[in-house]
Amino acid sequence: MKLDSLIPAPLRKPAKPGQGNGAKGPAPADLKTAPPQRPSDAQRLGGRAKDAPADVLAWVDQRTAASGFLTGMLFRKVPKGTNWFYTLGSATLFAFIVQAVTGVFLAMFYTPSTTQAYASISHINNDVFLGQFVHGMHKWGSSVMVILVFLHMGRTFFFGAYKYPRELNWVIGVVLLILTMTMAFTGYLLPFDQRSFWASVVGININGTGPILGPYLSDFLRAGPELGATTLARFYSIHMLLVPGAIIALIGAHLYLVVKLGTTAPPWLHAEKPKVAVPASPLEAGANGEDGGRP
Amino acid sequence: MTRRRAFTIAVQGLGGVAGAAIVLPAVGFAVAPIFHRGKERWEAVGALDDFVVDTYRQVVFTETEGIGDAGKTTAYVRKGAKQLGENPKEFIAVSNRCAHLGCPVRFVEAAGNFICPCHGGVYDFEGKRIGGPPVRPLDHFQTRTRNGQVEVGPRYSVTNQLEPVRARDPGQFTGGVWEYLYPPRPDTFPPPSG
Repeated sequence: MKLDSLIPAPLRKPAKPGQGNGAKGPAPADLKTAPPQRPSDAQRLGGRAKDAPADVLAWVDQRTAASGFLTGMLFRKVPKGTNWFYTLGSATLFAFIVQAVTGVFLAMFYTPSTTQAYASISHINNDVFLGQFVHGMHKWGSSVMVILVFLHMGRTFFFGAYKYPRELNWVIGVVLLILTMTMAFTGYLLPFDQRSFWASVVGININGTGPILGPYLSDFLRAGPELGATTLARFYSIHMLLVPGAIIALIGAHLYLVVKLGTTAPPWLHAEKPKVAVPASPLEAGANGEDGGRP
Repeated sequence: MTRRRAFTIAVQGLGGVAGAAIVLPAVGFAVAPIFHRGKERWEAVGALDDFVVDTYRQVVFTETEGIGDAGKTTAYVRKGAKQLGENPKEFIAVSNRCAHLGCPVRFVEAAGNFICPCHGGVYDFEGKRIGGPPVRPLDHFQTRTRNGQVEVGPRYSVTNQLEPVRARDPGQFTGGVWEYLYPPRPDTFPPPSG
């Protein structure tokens, strides 16, 4: 297969036994009349250069045994009926990666200070090369990520993919949803314009309406009785250090469970009946003859 | 108890102490602002004659220092009215922070009401809620007179009967059992007595 030659040897799907026909082809009939051709130095060096990437991978693989894990993960079996709805999780992961990458670059120009935050965002949008584009990717990408999270959640719910043994993965997913909303909430304040300021005031006050603990929660978010300089620093720290770390860790756990437990077939496909009828009991099989007593 | 088990427990205990020594100060650092009450702040907003009984005058003053314009807030100030049972020598300062979720309300002179642009909260002349989603009347600021100037001080909230209580965030009810369900925060100032 052509595709196989593009995949490095350690990651290649192993051929089925009995498929190869010897590594160097059939042996020559007569060594005297037709001696085997020795390859030239250029050919040999070229061959070695061609093998170099695979050799590097093999060197790593020999020391990590990663290929076994990767082969198992990348070539795992998926159920019949797997369709485009099953890509929503990967799409969410892609949206998160876009947010992480653009966020890192935005942090290079952003100043989390109440007096300079708005000016630094204006600077990114108006002066920095492609600044408006990267800022826009981060801004619109956040909405895309929230939408994809909900679509992914809806797919899981309507396909019944949250049921045994995948309940824990649903729970992890709900925590990831909450963390994503936390990201959206804390990120909204950072431009520090009128809209983000008042939206954060309203959001914090909604947090404060929880009984008993609410007032303390809103105080914690603001770092004081009023939204101020420490609030912005606090939101920035939560937005770029605390929550992303937690999200990365939980995505790891989420994916581990997906690979470990496998995905579900869509609900409109029923499990195949076993090809060989299994007798309910040996006694019954004996009594009713060869068909095992099954109708 | 075996020697192995004793060592296991001892090492786990030491690990717990070491972990707590790192985590507790960090958490304390993050939650400390909840328990910190700032300095009481008073600011002159105008001469005594600037304010009248039958309408409000809008004043802008600093509530949070060090963050520029974002730390400023707006109050509507008038003289106390005898027919409303207020001391005519005192001044009433009503906060423009909506008691629903904290948007800035505006005093509409023609209607004599405070109206919130966000979700349609409406308050009467005294700041009592007469419509929309707010859960209590508008907050007040303490007032006093110094050297012929009206000064505004710390914020306090009021019940539906306009009795002063400790300042609450918008969205939180006041009075009765709500005083316990929304406990006063340690970083707010005691309300004025009477």
